Amino acid sequence: MLIFTPRTIQSNHWVLIGPLISIILTIIIGALIFKMLNYPVTESLYQVFISPFSRVDRIADILVKACPLIIIGIGLIFCFRANIWNIGAEGQFIIGTLCAGSFALLFPENNNHILLLSMFLVGFLGGALWASIPAILKIKLNVNEILVSLMLVYVAMLFIDFIVRGPLRDPMSFGFPLSKPYPDGAIISKINFPGIGYLGQLHYGIISILFLAPFSWFLINRTLPGFQIKVFGSAPKASSFAGFNKNKITLGVLIMSGGMAGLAGVIEVSANMGQLQPEVSFGYGFTAIIVAFLGRLNPYGVIIAGLVIATAKLGADNAQMILGIPKVVTGIFEGILLFFLLAGETIQNYKVSLKRNS
Amino acid sequence: MDKKNSKTLLKASGLTKKFGSFVANDSINIEIKKGEIHALLGENGAGKSTLVKMFYGLLAPDEGNIKFNNKIINLLNPKFARAMGIGMVFQHFSLFPALSVSENILISLDEKLTKKQLEKSIINTSKKWGLKVSPSKKVAELSVGEQQRVEIVRCLLQKPKLLIMDEPTSVLSPQEIVNLFKVLKNLSKSGCSILYISHKLHEIKEIASKVTILKSAKVVDTMETKNVSTNILAEKMVGKKIIRLKAKKNLKKLKSNLALSVNNLYRFKKNQFGVTLNNINFTIDYGQVLGIAGIAGNGQVELMEALSGETLGKKEEIIFENKSIGNSKIEYRRQLGIEFVPEERNNHATVPDLKLHENTFLTFFGYHIFNKSFFNKIFTNPKLSIQASKQIEKKNDVRCPYDNPLAKQLSGGNLQKFVIGRAFQANPKLVIISQPTWGVDIGAANIIRQKILNLASMGKAIILISQDLDEIFELSDSIGVISNGNLSKIKNKKNMTPTQVGLLMGVS
Repeated sequence: MLIFTPRTIQSNHWVLIGPLISIILTIIIGALIFKMLNYPVTESLYQVFISPFSRVDRIADILVKACPLIIIGIGLIFCFRANIWNIGAEGQFIIGTLCAGSFALLFPENNNHILLLSMFLVGFLGGALWASIPAILKIKLNVNEILVSLMLVYVAMLFIDFIVRGPLRDPMSFGFPLSKPYPDGAIISKINFPGIGYLGQLHYGIISILFLAPFSWFLINRTLPGFQIKVFGSAPKASSFAGFNKNKITLGVLIMSGGMAGLAGVIEVSANMGQLQPEVSFGYGFTAIIVAFLGRLNPYGVIIAGLVIATAKLGADNAQMILGIPKVVTGIFEGILLFFLLAGETIQNYKVSLKRNS
Repeated sequence: MDKKNSKTLLKASGLTKKFGSFVANDSINIEIKKGEIHALLGENGAGKSTLVKMFYGLLAPDEGNIKFNNKIINLLNPKFARAMGIGMVFQHFSLFPALSVSENILISLDEKLTKKQLEKSIINTSKKWGLKVSPSKKVAELSVGEQQRVEIVRCLLQKPKLLIMDEPTSVLSPQEIVNLFKVLKNLSKSGCSILYISHKLHEIKEIASKVTILKSAKVVDTMETKNVSTNILAEKMVGKKIIRLKAKKNLKKLKSNLALSVNNLYRFKKNQFGVTLNNINFTIDYGQVLGIAGIAGNGQVELMEALSGETLGKKEEIIFENKSIGNSKIEYRRQLGIEFVPEERNNHATVPDLKLHENTFLTFFGYHIFNKSFFNKIFTNPKLSIQASKQIEKKNDVRCPYDNPLAKQLSGGNLQKFVIGRAFQANPKLVIISQPTWGVDIGAANIIRQKILNLASMGKAIILISQDLDEIFELSDSIGVISNGNLSKIKNKKNMTPTQVGLLMGVS
């Protein structure tokens, strides 16, 4: 029988060594799997682990891929710290995008970036509105927020599908379900480095993370609302003993995380697509849940976690494109990586000893 | 010695149990004779529970052995222990509230019986030993005393040779204790040995013939109870001399000495396991300690929540210095000068995963931010709360393993000293304290009690909700009893005896 005793003092070197060992173990197990499936082992490992870092523009693409994951993940921190289980960031992402996109299409000739800034606001409000539905149902009727927020993802998916095929379809799209292209003022441009030029798809939206992460860290650790969230999530009775209003906290964290998901959607679509389409998210809202926990519900941790997950995704894509390794296998790879990372975290927090039980 | 050995039922030699680097039991030797009531005495954390858990198969010893009827046995699990003839009644009952008594017993029985057979044997057993139990009642409807009887009957159905009882009287009224002792004495006469765990000295003198004293994981002594005074037992248990409390000074009557009055307070129960508070009335003056006695689960938690403002009611229900506050929130009541110490230290009075200064901020944030500008209202200021928590630690002798630890890293007694110190640090006019010394060792309990008396001497009002009758009588000026959500008339301590209070506690 394995016995887990909590570590009283966390050792600093384990915090660094733990993830490293996890990655090494993933590589070993991954190699075994590739071997069993008769793929060239070194070549496969190269594609998954090294190729995302092999060129500067590929590293830039990791940042692009990680951007929505990190922004949604930072928003989710607020919910998960308060023990409110928002599983519907995907839906909030979609509705935020849809609101901001529709807003942009009202001004077809606009080429002023004030439009973009207003879209951030509209997108935030759209996502927040969608997330406030589970909040209000929980507060008024004590409905479980996991179910409501998850179900609303599917409502959001079908809703954007309907809008893009119907009211907002571009008559010039040759029957494709696409909206008109955004006006220039709604587009986030790629970064043109002087003397280097463009680096992959790297765009100015990335910069938002440099504001959002410290802002969120400060909100959680240095303000009364952040303190209330921590207390409420960790000991609800102590929160009512202090006199905190649990309904305000519930609504607040859902608005915050829904808004951030909506904001992530605006940045993603304005930078990479430039128009509305039926699929604006590729599961970012769900992957971000993992990112939030992997980042230990800390904004800076979420940045690292977002980059790790984005790397894994891109490596998997490369392996699929170049070696024809099926997506399923690369999915397994992601799973193994997560498994070891979480196991490593357990070993950091608990002392594990083997005990014979006879 | 040889002749006596033949009568030995259980003998443990060199039992050691470690949790990580923490030694909970350090080579314990104990010997229990057949038909003997053997008491196990020790403070919280001395290792009593760990030891009996090993006897009941819940924990496996790291070293040493247990002999039962002169054979070394290896207790794999509680089922095995029950089969050997070892039964245990826990301090916290393991009954399902939504199921009936017989259903609860059926679940835990190792042999299979039909419901009818079972009900018959329950009735037989309860008659034989004088343990009143009705098999068809739901556990949720039972008083704590009844629930304990169910647990005892459940053990007796297995015809145990050794019955382990973990702090059985902590939830009982004096009358129920008398009945329990009768049952235990009869059991011992019939040849069943009883291992009786307690930290109440007079009980041990009354019921046990032998006592083993544990301190810091080791056996201090084993002695006959006949030849020893409670004072000596106490000193052996604590390891130092016990200091008596200094009596409180009574102040001259002030002009407006009424602090708080509660008028026809009513709260309907929150759920089916809660208690409805019915028409509660009392007043308290400054400089006084009002003791509210009662067995746990009779509305103390609900009363505390109503007084603190965690549940709100009509405005006029609670009046503090001419202000009607029955519908005011807890943070407003704190600003008026009322402080609260709820009975649960962890997760209610404090957040275990937050640091001490953050736990200070938990009730101090009002003082720290309300009088300030908009910006100061939003931002927490760790410096202020660190300063305040340092003062609380210093004044109240809160011993921390290191600087500013997490609340969960403090021992129970130190955390309680912190929680009470935090309430006193705010310089309140009225303090409402629930079960202040529950699960706290004697040393810390004495300090806490002295602080309560000192505070009253300074002219503050104190409401003390406690199920410890000794504590109620030691500290209070006037006493009321809460039973099933009703509060008795408040009477001066001089006109009350423990027996009267016991009767008011509601014997079933």
